[in-house]
Amino acid sequence: MWDYSDKVKEHFFTPKNAGAVVDANAIGEVGSISCGDALRLTLKVNPETEIIEESGFQTFGCGSAIASSSVLTEIIKGMTIDEALKVTNQDIANELDGLPPEKMHCSVMGREALQAAVANYRGAVWKDDHEEGALICKCFAIDAVMIEEMIWANKLRTVEDVTNFTKAGGGCAACHEDIEAILEKVLAEKGEKFDATASTATVEKVETPAIAAVKTPLTNVQRIKKIEEVLTSLRPQLMADGGDVELVEVVGNTVYVNMTGACNGCQMAAMTIAGIQQRLMEVLGEFLRVVPASEMKKLVNIEGAGHA
Amino acid sequence: MPDIYLDNNATTKVDGAVVDVMIPFFLEQYGNPSSIHKFADGVAKALKKARGQVQELIGAEHDSEIIFTSCGTESDSTAILSAIKAQPNRKEIITTTVEHAAILNLCDTLEKEGYTIHRLPVDKCGRLNLEAYKKMLSDQVAIVSVMWANNETGTIFPVVEMAEMAHEAGVMFHTDAVQAVGKIPMMLQDTKIDMLSISGHKLHAPKGIGVLYLRRGTRYRPLLRGGHQERGRRAGTENTASIVGLGKACEMAMEHMEYENVQVKAMRDRLERGIIEEIPHSFITGDLNNRLPNTTDIAFEYIEGEAILMLLNKAGIAASSGSACTSGSLEPSHVMRAMQIPYTAAHGTIRFSFSRYNTMSEVDEVLKVMPDIVAVLRKLSPYWDSVTNEPVANPEEAFSPTFK
Repeated sequence: MWDYSDKVKEHFFTPKNAGAVVDANAIGEVGSISCGDALRLTLKVNPETEIIEESGFQTFGCGSAIASSSVLTEIIKGMTIDEALKVTNQDIANELDGLPPEKMHCSVMGREALQAAVANYRGAVWKDDHEEGALICKCFAIDAVMIEEMIWANKLRTVEDVTNFTKAGGGCAACHEDIEAILEKVLAEKGEKFDATASTATVEKVETPAIAAVKTPLTNVQRIKKIEEVLTSLRPQLMADGGDVELVEVVGNTVYVNMTGACNGCQMAAMTIAGIQQRLMEVLGEFLRVVPASEMKKLVNIEGAGHA
Repeated sequence: MPDIYLDNNATTKVDGAVVDVMIPFFLEQYGNPSSIHKFADGVAKALKKARGQVQELIGAEHDSEIIFTSCGTESDSTAILSAIKAQPNRKEIITTTVEHAAILNLCDTLEKEGYTIHRLPVDKCGRLNLEAYKKMLSDQVAIVSVMWANNETGTIFPVVEMAEMAHEAGVMFHTDAVQAVGKIPMMLQDTKIDMLSISGHKLHAPKGIGVLYLRRGTRYRPLLRGGHQERGRRAGTENTASIVGLGKACEMAMEHMEYENVQVKAMRDRLERGIIEEIPHSFITGDLNNRLPNTTDIAFEYIEGEAILMLLNKAGIAASSGSACTSGSLEPSHVMRAMQIPYTAAHGTIRFSFSRYNTMSEVDEVLKVMPDIVAVLRKLSPYWDSVTNEPVANPEEAFSPTFK
């Protein structure tokens, strides 16, 4: 069974705002026929203030689909519709204390239903431009459609290329066979042949800091330097996705970073952060937690802890 | 009430008596069966006994037709890869659309390597068309592989008849019988089945032990080569304790064959009848007249399987689902798709699979909680009208979300 957080279970077992809102003036219906999830979101928006006064959901779907729907209706209640549109699927997942990578699409469905409902309120028709494929890389939640698009767009030829551009395959490496199959297929469509030994000419290789066996404890300055080195080595991958990362603060074993550009609000941000954390721990040889800087105030009293 | 386990097609509890016979082979008779000393002198005898117990359960003619492997999947792979290796000029394989992944994924890979795979479709009740099958048989076919019983619906396929047809056409026949062995009687010596796979953990033996039945005289190429174990047909030091355990489990399955087909079946029948009577818009999938005695697969329309399982789990009941979301594949069960079950029902299928350890009072308990579980989830469903407590009129039209 899935490893669901207590928050997911709580929203599944006692969902909030289940059912349709009577006199709704904004209705969004989305679904994914392949994974069998479908969601209808009904909102009552005050036409004067544009504040969402009531929200309700009806979901045909699994535990995390129901939990995502429930938490979404809680998040947006009381927001103006402009504020609500800023809610990302990552916000939904965060509010649930995370979702398994295979289940992130449930939070995407929540966000899409919201967009569809707002479009409906404004008399427009929402058009889905997001295509979802089979999940290939479970470490970084990258699906087949995304890998195919990147192979086409960036003339990728090897598994290493795919990893550099999409992060897929950069974790446990178990999906490399699947990535090779996608490369074979796409390259065949392009009239080329997949060669597993081809050089990765498409991207400049970045030297990653060696995994050093750190014996003596590092000073804070040394640690920050090391952390900066790791972030620098990861930057090209992030920039390939149109994003960037910036070190904000290190308190104890917690590293605060700012995800900027396309990473900011990107559905993959949490996965990216997990990847950064993994790499930092490997290089520094100690337990570290990477947290978005936006969480700083919530988690620590910075003034008090800053000089600890 | 203690937790209720109704997921016996996934795996079973190891019988206490099976554990008991295994323990000496960990602690005392742990010698390598090939060794000549007192730590091993009882082992060869024990293996022979176990081989005989398996032989008895499946009605094989010779005990040397039993080859111990590590699992059902290994047996399946060994059978198919042996057939194509032994007959390099035959480039076709016949199987079905509803096989276990152990067969389907292997066939997909062989297809990429140039083999032609014929996948027999099933009708809405999960039945095969034998006329279509007959037309596929030719001297190009290396092997036919058809499961004896389907793991999801319990539907039994006419493998004895299909093996006859293959034999007449000069084609080898393999059956993945991991769900059938121990649940229905079989007498392989009276059939034309050449190879058959067994998985220990489906019949109260431990995980990690399987059998490939190989009819004497069938052309064969081992998957694992090495030592002389299993007469050189499956190299690797014998998993002695598990083999002994599997032997005991087969003996017990033989003793309980009637119980399985009378009492276990009665529990299954009572559960499915109770559910169908109590819960509107639910139906049983598969071939109702031709099923394993322990399995029922019920579709609950307009709700999703994983959500049902989570609520069942909370009520202390273990079952499984053909829904997409339980597999991590994002695809509903290939068995449900093959039977063309509409997706509003396919995603809500729940399989209850019994064993001789279940009781009627457990059935009553499930019947007590099931209607509420379904009602709670239907209240959340966009296909359900909670005012009339009926599906919305023309559900597929009334709710037609933007689908990807």
